[in-house]
Amino acid sequence: MTTRMKIAIASGKGGTGKSMVAANLAWALAQSDRVTLVDCDVEEPNLHLFFPPDDPESTDVQVSIPAFDNSRCTLCGDCAGFCAFGALVVAKDRVLFFPEHCHSCGGCALVCPAGAITEIQRPIGTVTIRHLSAHLSLVTGTLNEGEVLGVKVIREAKRYAAKPGWLVCDASPGTSCPVVETLHGSDFCLLITESTPFGLHDLELAYSVTSHLGIPVGVVINRSDGKDEEVRRFCNERGIIVLATIPFDRWIAAVQGSGDLISRVDPAWKERFIALGGACRSSVGGT
Amino acid sequence: MSVIGGGYMIRLAVVSGKGGTGKTVITGGLVHLSRCAKVMVDCDVDAANLELILNPRIIKREEFTGMEGAYINPSQCSGCGVCSDACRFGAIESIGDTYVVHPDQCEGCGVCRVICPSEAISMRPRVCGEIYYSETPYGNLVHARLAPGAANSGLLVGRIKKIALERNGECDLMLVDGPPGIGCPLISTITGMDQVLAVTEPSVSGLHDLQRLIRVCRPLRVNMVVAINKYDLNPGISDSIREYCGKEGIPVLGMIPYDESVMDAVRKGRLVTEYDTPAAQAIHHLWHEIVSTLRVRADAGQ
Repeated sequence: MTTRMKIAIASGKGGTGKSMVAANLAWALAQSDRVTLVDCDVEEPNLHLFFPPDDPESTDVQVSIPAFDNSRCTLCGDCAGFCAFGALVVAKDRVLFFPEHCHSCGGCALVCPAGAITEIQRPIGTVTIRHLSAHLSLVTGTLNEGEVLGVKVIREAKRYAAKPGWLVCDASPGTSCPVVETLHGSDFCLLITESTPFGLHDLELAYSVTSHLGIPVGVVINRSDGKDEEVRRFCNERGIIVLATIPFDRWIAAVQGSGDLISRVDPAWKERFIALGGACRSSVGGT
Repeated sequence: MSVIGGGYMIRLAVVSGKGGTGKTVITGGLVHLSRCAKVMVDCDVDAANLELILNPRIIKREEFTGMEGAYINPSQCSGCGVCSDACRFGAIESIGDTYVVHPDQCEGCGVCRVICPSEAISMRPRVCGEIYYSETPYGNLVHARLAPGAANSGLLVGRIKKIALERNGECDLMLVDGPPGIGCPLISTITGMDQVLAVTEPSVSGLHDLQRLIRVCRPLRVNMVVAINKYDLNPGISDSIREYCGKEGIPVLGMIPYDESVMDAVRKGRLVTEYDTPAAQAIHHLWHEIVSTLRVRADAGQ
């Protein structure tokens, strides 16, 4: 039977190795199972860098923005008064619109008493699908440079990825709305940390988000230099299982840095990542 | 524009695109090396780390209220569902014969309030985090903590920068530890900065993310300089980064080696430049280069 499991990879702190774990886990599991890997770090998507270039299919992510019929507009200011995001300003002879502030709520068109506002579509990003092997596909959300509505792009990327098999969603660093959007609907979250005070501090923050959302977690300690006592104590006190420890190693840094995967280069790492997937499944009571 | 100490507060932000490249450690080094009167701001409000190395003593806390959020009064709600259909963010859900707002999804637009036929919906202020104003041995620090999963991080960044400016007008330097990424909080961070230092690392991800960061900063007319951290972990990609920056006309002012003693300093709650190590020496050199760059630009009247 095909596994159906949605795993999110998050961390709080940036650069702890989320993408490294996500890419290796997906690649290893895809040796025998169907896997969809989703790059939800739409500000800085990186997962495609770890797989050979192929023929990607891209679709624009559009948002609705207002368009004004100046012949109908009476400059009453109801639209600008309503807009909670400061995207509209009434000038002497027309309404000025600042698209980068618009959240596409549709409120301005709703409140305009003159029927002067319609909605049109504006691209803010893309969703790209790559079929990397018979079992593995990668869905990448990319926010266009200079845009801010990353959450909308994440939502679209996840919509494209709604397929049977394993779903592995790589979150952005941080703890705010893009991370919440990525975690939403996940069965399990792998929190990636490193054995430094920064890693531990931000693990606590990320854990507060997963707890808030009620998502079970396991921890991976990456780039461990052996001084993991504080992280392990934190996990023990909260009953969080440390599912894997990856040592700091110049070889791993070099493989990763050059865009390769340790599970592709070394069969022992492939087995460890397959075991990590199994541990995630067991953690939520799957078989 | 002026040199440091010239009667104008120079604003310098440390950013990266990719997370975990060493922004905070390097910011800490610059805090230590800059002898002038200064204020520090931690704009990585999702996961603020500067407080772990600057030993702050909090002297004032205040609530951060972000955008308002919708609230449905259950005694007035008729259960018609018009609000739920109109909400573009999927934030309103039916529970029994009434409707409730999910605060995590609500963006505070107010569409539900105007569309509700029963006038059951009001907009209420939401506490989205806490702002701290602290003293450190090096000057004041303004930092914050966003509530878990909250929105409005860009707004919070703008708020703490404003507080730092208002309360420290006499300082010669504002040093900002920025967020990763290129979205809302990053754009809010680099707005109004005199100089942005992008810290990158020699990996395909580091280079890719630096390129996106540069393309976001360029139209905003940001003066950018680059430092490559842990450059010796992949000298080939470090060369590619220098070549790319050269083509873009962006100076690479620092090359910092991988140095195990950096995390030992962090574990002791010390700044990297308090020790004489290879990384500390490279950060010394970087600071010297940043000051020279500011001086050249001041002389050129920019």
